[in-house]
Amino acid sequence: MSLFRTELRRLGKRRFTRWTTAAGLLVLLLIVAGLFVSNQKIGPEQRAEARRAADGHYRDQVRWVEQERADCERAKAAGEQVDYYPVDCAEITPPAREAIEDQWFLPSTFDFRDGADGMMIPLAGILALIGFVVGASFVGAEWSTGGMMNLLLWRPRRLTVLLTKLAAVLTGLLALAVPATALWFGSLWLIATFRGSTERVTSGVWQSLLLTGVRGMVLALVAATLGFALASLGRRTATALGGVIAVMVVGQIGIGILLDAAQVRFAEAWLLPTYAYTWMAKSIKLEDWRSCSASYTGECNPTTLELTWQHSSALFTAAIVLCLGAALWAMRRRDIA
Amino acid sequence: MPAVLEIEGLRKTYRSRRRGTRNALDGFDMWVEAGQVHGFLGPNGSGKTTTLRTLLGLIRPDGGRMSILGHPVPTALPQVAGQVGAIVESPQFFPYFSARDTLSLLAGAGEVPEQRIDEVLELVGLRERAGERVKTYSLGMKQRLAVASALLKNPRLLILDEPANGLDPGGIREMRTLMRNLAESGMTVVLSSHILGEIQLICDSVTIISLGRRVAFGPVDEVLAQHSSGAVRVRLEAVTDLPLAATALTRAGVRVTTNPDHLMLAGVDKPATVTRILAEQGLYLSELAPIAVDLESVFLELTNTAPVPGQHRQVDQSVRVDGPAPSAPTGGGWGA
Repeated sequence: MSLFRTELRRLGKRRFTRWTTAAGLLVLLLIVAGLFVSNQKIGPEQRAEARRAADGHYRDQVRWVEQERADCERAKAAGEQVDYYPVDCAEITPPAREAIEDQWFLPSTFDFRDGADGMMIPLAGILALIGFVVGASFVGAEWSTGGMMNLLLWRPRRLTVLLTKLAAVLTGLLALAVPATALWFGSLWLIATFRGSTERVTSGVWQSLLLTGVRGMVLALVAATLGFALASLGRRTATALGGVIAVMVVGQIGIGILLDAAQVRFAEAWLLPTYAYTWMAKSIKLEDWRSCSASYTGECNPTTLELTWQHSSALFTAAIVLCLGAALWAMRRRDIA
Repeated sequence: MPAVLEIEGLRKTYRSRRRGTRNALDGFDMWVEAGQVHGFLGPNGSGKTTTLRTLLGLIRPDGGRMSILGHPVPTALPQVAGQVGAIVESPQFFPYFSARDTLSLLAGAGEVPEQRIDEVLELVGLRERAGERVKTYSLGMKQRLAVASALLKNPRLLILDEPANGLDPGGIREMRTLMRNLAESGMTVVLSSHILGEIQLICDSVTIISLGRRVAFGPVDEVLAQHSSGAVRVRLEAVTDLPLAATALTRAGVRVTTNPDHLMLAGVDKPATVTRILAEQGLYLSELAPIAVDLESVFLELTNTAPVPGQHRQVDQSVRVDGPAPSAPTGGGWGA
């Protein structure tokens, strides 16, 4: 237990941990500020303004249609062959007033019920990024500065030391993620209260949001574990960061281009970010538009592939078992020089 | 005296596809008695650091047996780690932590009381600078911090790899005094160093390693005595008498090397024999000086690492001992 407490202290004392956390929180703060500034509460005044804007847009449409009809008739009278006009110029008619909806001209507003769930994705992404780099740096810096060797002279049980360090990283991340998620919910609620709507928020909505929040935290913990394991394997922070860049650039973009060129069905199913998104969204439906000559008029429906959070969890589990298992094996077997 | 540290037949082989196989330790033996300051010497690449790392569980040995404080290691290392303080090679610390933070985190991991931090900072002379970041420290100050970290546990066995590295002359003297005081308080100190004058001054016994094998072992005086050649330098009042003296001594069975102004004699049991032989010839001495060996010359002789004019010795170019160690151990064998 003393080792765990000490490692937590070490984690908190590290400048990299503090700066990375501060940077992550600053980005979240900027998102909240941006959301606040770019949304407005909708009232009678905004609705009246939207109606006025819709009326104005309708008038513009009528004016434009009349102009076009006149041009069409002039062209027909002159005997010009202009293929973009219909045979009968009377077919050029303005849209019905009802077709131009007032709500199109309403200012952006934040509806908590509809918008909060989607806003969990940036939070989870930033927490995962913090977890990954801090987890990687925590063990990578220990290896590269000789701190790990010093510690092993005091605590020769290698696996205990490595797993305690990992436990400290995950605990520290949770200590950040739980209040950050709570604050995020609170901020979204305040934005919805002052710049949007908190209507129709039932207990079911809260339950769903809570589960999304938990999934976001799990995603961050998975990222931290992978960063930690990769850096421990390579004994350098750069191994984890370089590994991820290599996977994303070579693996993901390269694979994406290759799959697209080979016209592989459901190419997104081979890309890792798809699974991170699926994890947060619970499920996504991939569509293969090459499966038939689908058109807007609906000649047929494309073939679909549904990915669920269970697929993502299987992938995360496999990645953790593989990377952490390799890191533990290396820690147990390799000489420390 | 009981052994605090025992190593028998330790082997470690590094295999590389590019560089082939290299035996870093090739049946190495070591024995350190309680309460001693023991010098551990060897040329670069001879296996000193590999031995210490293996002993401390950082490297897996390929063969042999080791024990610390009567416990077999590395299996029982978790039981004895609290009684062993060590620094291995150059001191390495997280550069952005202060010395106090560094020691505090180690103390936390080892369940050492916080008050001990002040004690060791005082001992190594870092009390006033303890709050500064390690990245601002000189090599000597980092070395002091490393020694402080090793002393933090108040260990029964202290293993220090090059503790005087980077220290100023005053610091070296302080370190020497500290080592002696620690040994007097009952702590056993194993000291790896290339400053052989220091080792000769402060160590009770030494082990010399070359190419992964022990080439000498025992109390410093005995090691020096075993490698003393019995050489004597002789000068006469008249330099012109040197050939006559050389002839008389050679006739008496003494090996003589003639130099322009003196003779070097080898294989002389008693210097009095020389005075008697020369006096019988009517030759009178102006100097009769036994040539004392020091640890440095013994080290260079045993490891075959003395510089040769015009040659550039490569690392690993030292002596291999294929037979039994040239100097007999003073203690018992394994587990004695």
